[in-house]
Amino acid sequence: MAAIFLGVGAATALSPSNCFDSKKFQLSTRRSLSGRKPWFLVVRSDGSVNLGSNQRSRRTQQLITNAVATKADSAASTSASKQGHELLLFEALREGLEEEMDRDPHVCVMGEDVGHYGGSYKVTKGLADKYGDLRVLDTPIAENSFTGMGIGAAMTGLRPIVEGMNMGFLLLAFNQISNNCGMLHYTSGGQFTIPIVIRGPGGVGRQLGAEHSQRLESYFQSIPGIQMVACSTPYNAKGLMKAAIRSENPVILFEHVLLYNLKERIPDEEYICNLEEAEMVRPGEHVTILTYSRMRYHVMQAAKTLVNKGYDPEVIDIRSLKPFDLYTIGNSIKKTHRVLIVEECMRTGGIGASLTAAITENFHDYLDAPIVCLSSQDVPTPYAGTLEEWTVVQPAQIVTAVEQLCQ
Amino acid sequence: MRFIPESSEKRVPCFRVLDDNGELIKGSDFQQVSKEVAVKMYSHMVTLQVMDSVLYEAQRQGRFSFYLTTIGEEAINIGSAAALSADDFILPQYREPGVLLWRGYTLQQFANQVFANKADDGKGRQMPIHYGSKKLNYITISSPIATQLPQAVGVAYSLKMEKKDACAVAYTGDGGTSEGDFHAALNFAAVMEAPVVFICRNNGWAISTNISEQFRSDGIVVKGRAYGIRSIRVDGNDALAVYTAVQAAREMAISEKRPVLVEALTYRVGHHSTSDDSTKYRTLDEIEYWKTERSPINRFRNWVERQGWWSEQEETELRSSIKKQLLQAIQVAEKTEKPAITELFSDVYDVPPSNLAEQEKQLKEIIQTYPQDYPTDVPV
Repeated sequence: MAAIFLGVGAATALSPSNCFDSKKFQLSTRRSLSGRKPWFLVVRSDGSVNLGSNQRSRRTQQLITNAVATKADSAASTSASKQGHELLLFEALREGLEEEMDRDPHVCVMGEDVGHYGGSYKVTKGLADKYGDLRVLDTPIAENSFTGMGIGAAMTGLRPIVEGMNMGFLLLAFNQISNNCGMLHYTSGGQFTIPIVIRGPGGVGRQLGAEHSQRLESYFQSIPGIQMVACSTPYNAKGLMKAAIRSENPVILFEHVLLYNLKERIPDEEYICNLEEAEMVRPGEHVTILTYSRMRYHVMQAAKTLVNKGYDPEVIDIRSLKPFDLYTIGNSIKKTHRVLIVEECMRTGGIGASLTAAITENFHDYLDAPIVCLSSQDVPTPYAGTLEEWTVVQPAQIVTAVEQLCQ
Repeated sequence: MRFIPESSEKRVPCFRVLDDNGELIKGSDFQQVSKEVAVKMYSHMVTLQVMDSVLYEAQRQGRFSFYLTTIGEEAINIGSAAALSADDFILPQYREPGVLLWRGYTLQQFANQVFANKADDGKGRQMPIHYGSKKLNYITISSPIATQLPQAVGVAYSLKMEKKDACAVAYTGDGGTSEGDFHAALNFAAVMEAPVVFICRNNGWAISTNISEQFRSDGIVVKGRAYGIRSIRVDGNDALAVYTAVQAAREMAISEKRPVLVEALTYRVGHHSTSDDSTKYRTLDEIEYWKTERSPINRFRNWVERQGWWSEQEETELRSSIKKQLLQAIQVAEKTEKPAITELFSDVYDVPPSNLAEQEKQLKEIIQTYPQDYPTDVPV
């Protein structure tokens, strides 16, 4: 059965994330969409490629019914030749963490309630029993201090993972992250390295209130010396966790409060995701949609609607928030000439704002239309459910934006 | 119902070994030091003082932008350094170059750092006096106050996990104890049972803020108990007392796996830094008094001389030799090239990413196009 390579959950065992080489599918560029028949690429499970054009009926039966991989996705997993095992995203994070702690005795975890309580989102559950409470350290409530502690430990040979119970609380650790974590390798003339991982759940949840719905990636993105990645699926969560721990640079790993219970089948064998690479979620021809974290799922849901309407969006989960993977993004833009950025950050000074600037600077000539960026409004996230829903970009808005962009 | 009073009737006593004239106080707990150690301590205190005065003058002459002195606190610097082992990891505030000096940092290396030339260990990236040396287990100084305190707990945690016979030693001033990081670090160290020795140089002034405006407690030593930390108050101008106390503290920290707080009372004789004129907020008499009559160097010298281990001649020889070496080091440092443009972009990450490589290329192109707008003595 031919599988449309939507790549939801990216559960193929071909190779991590970028097994789909977008360059192979660069066909002649067409500047106008009018009169162009919508068409799409079909990747068969045997690896061969077909071009199908405007076959609505055939297309509908090949659509994947779930935008979010809540069950072991049949289409995606049949192309996987290995067995793999199913787990939830927080379990994938834990598995990655555990594998690294087994592999290197210098890896340790510190944060509030990470030890015997197992972490407020259960990412560290069971680890304290296994490794002892010196390697999975419960700290008092002082984010600036335990982040500072992590930095001190990192400088003298340990590889700590600092957990912020909620990313928003790491605003209290901003001094240590900016002035020390990002800077010490540079100001010491390269003498001291800080191989620290700072992670935690962020983003807008379900009525958690403004202080628990922060998007810290906006505030941290300017700090030189750190890397930022955002995971979105169990597969890339485990891969990015492992890569971040092995990196010699300080890495901030952004998780999302609402994605912890996503289920996916991931490979049994060991793998790592590249920290600086973006993930091709759904290749397409008409428009490049750049997104990350939870918005990936809103985009994929909108993609369903868009495909039904005859559009062929290319969806890329940028994953690496600092630095941007301009290689993958650029290749996509050179193909589609239209960009839509969908993010959860606020309009002012968010990841989308920086990405817009980076794309305009580098790929200006390839754009047929101005870049459209959909982001949250510049307001604190309200508690009331209906209000909260309207601060987050919804699939309907994405569909409308694509339609306008492709006119 | 009894409220615990806000202060006790008597202040916490201060541990001393030598009196103001450098005479051994009868019955004091004192660890006898050998001639070798005593002479090394004394000559390092003198070296520190000479280095400070020569480099301060050089800054005043405009040869580099900034300096801060340790005048009046030499006993704390050298006394504590002498009591520690080379494996103990130091996290200084910024008024502790004596510890680095003790461990073997050369006058040339100090000069290179303040001139930010390409021979600087920090590759010219930090302001003057922000020394750092991984080899000598001395973390690169970071300007914000007290950030090193929680880091010290992390270092101690690391040493504890690796079961090393070493501790972390963090220094701070009286002003630094007001920072949130101070409280959390002490609290953490106690809870984690981390082998850290916190040394607080209570020198009476935080730039222009006198200690009466900094806190209302009886100094810093009483704060240790609030966190469950063993503490001691020591006369910071008595080199032997500092040496004895820090040695004991270190022993406790490592063998009992606990933090220890040492408050060393002293006086900041110099200005806060070259950006400060302390006569604006304190009297010249006060400064003079502490400079001459309560000088830690004179006090220790009296004791060393009385042991027959030092003489006037050696004093003069040492001072002129150090001064000559310093002037030489300054000359060499001034003439040494500044770091190349590549050092602007390296070490931000382990490997420069593409955006930085691009920014470097752009900068080089701009410099080539407009060479007259850029300094000529910097290698591109």
